[in-house]
Amino acid sequence: MTSERSVGAAPATRDTIELEVLSLLRARLRTPVTVEQDLFADGLITSMFAMELVVQLEEFFAVAIVGPDLKLANFRSVAAMADLVRRLRSGARAAGSDD
Amino acid sequence: MTADGWPGAGVKVAVVGAGTMGGGIATLVLGHGIPVVLVDVDSAALAAAEARIGRQLRHGHLLGALPADRAGGTLTTTTAVAGVAGAAAVVEAVTEDPGRKREVLAAAAAVVRPGTPLISTTSGIPIDELAGGLPRPEDLLGTHFMNPSYLIDMVEVVRGPRTGDAAFAAAQALLATLGRRSVVVRDAPGFVTSRLLHAMINDAARIVEEGVASADQVDTLLQGCLGHRTGPLRTADLIGLDNLVDSLRALHQRTGEERYRPTGSLLRKVAAGELGHKSGRGFHHYGEVPS
Repeated sequence: MTSERSVGAAPATRDTIELEVLSLLRARLRTPVTVEQDLFADGLITSMFAMELVVQLEEFFAVAIVGPDLKLANFRSVAAMADLVRRLRSGARAAGSDD
Repeated sequence: MTADGWPGAGVKVAVVGAGTMGGGIATLVLGHGIPVVLVDVDSAALAAAEARIGRQLRHGHLLGALPADRAGGTLTTTTAVAGVAGAAAVVEAVTEDPGRKREVLAAAAAVVRPGTPLISTTSGIPIDELAGGLPRPEDLLGTHFMNPSYLIDMVEVVRGPRTGDAAFAAAQALLATLGRRSVVVRDAPGFVTSRLLHAMINDAARIVEEGVASADQVDTLLQGCLGHRTGPLRTADLIGLDNLVDSLRALHQRTGEERYRPTGSLLRKVAAGELGHKSGRGFHHYGEVPS
């Protein structure tokens, strides 16, 4: 991942975020995934990999995933991860701390 | 004093040894709101453990394995064993070498109050062997945590022939506070879990050596047919192949049983630095060194 690829402060649509999350997953998984696919039920990601995703999402989208947001349900699918990122980014912008 | 009998949330636990097990146990204790002093002779190992513990605390919370309603304990680190002074329990998690363990336990015993449990996390060295050089052998017991210890809630507790009631009760109170379930067994080489598991892992490695099946096939069969959570060779990678070889040697020396003599492929992997999960490669590949 390079800083040039980072979404940074630019508002990202949900689709853009989903595409980026899909791209992160594609880099690690051998099989294609869909946006709504349950990644845990299908055995595609482990809890350890989910933790790596937490860190990757934080770095890539410049968000902090902490407290009650730090739960597996938020990483169950690409859609869930994208929803989380969108919520955190909009919250950060609203707070004026999105740099 | 908590309902479990633990002296209170502000009373620290000392963990000596900042490797995989020591760091994982520190994570478990901190995640339950209890302060930890982590001791290691190697300051670089302490720095690495501190970073790892931060990630493990998040991992534990991600999985709901650590209480969400409790503020984390404070971590301090030191290279001086004297730093364990004032701790309500000392967890020894240094290399699986009886001499080194005895040395660390004796140094800790010299600075803590009598009755403070000295808890060895040895995976198979008989507790009474370690108790020999201590001023108060009654304060020593074994608590065999599994890795990752902040996620696996069952521990094997080993009561040595000289373990006293006070230390035993204090250690049980700590485990209860940490939400661990325990099974207490008698002292013997390898106790129960290592005596069974290490022989199986050694055999699984031989099966791969002989070309009977790949590591992936062995693990898949044991998972799918016998209900193992990860399979013996992924478990070996989690234990750390260097630690596993040390434990096998300890068992072989004490039992004389050939099934515990570390097989060639295990020794070759360790010599090549393929130590399992912590190095990114063992029987399986893990990509980059995992966080």
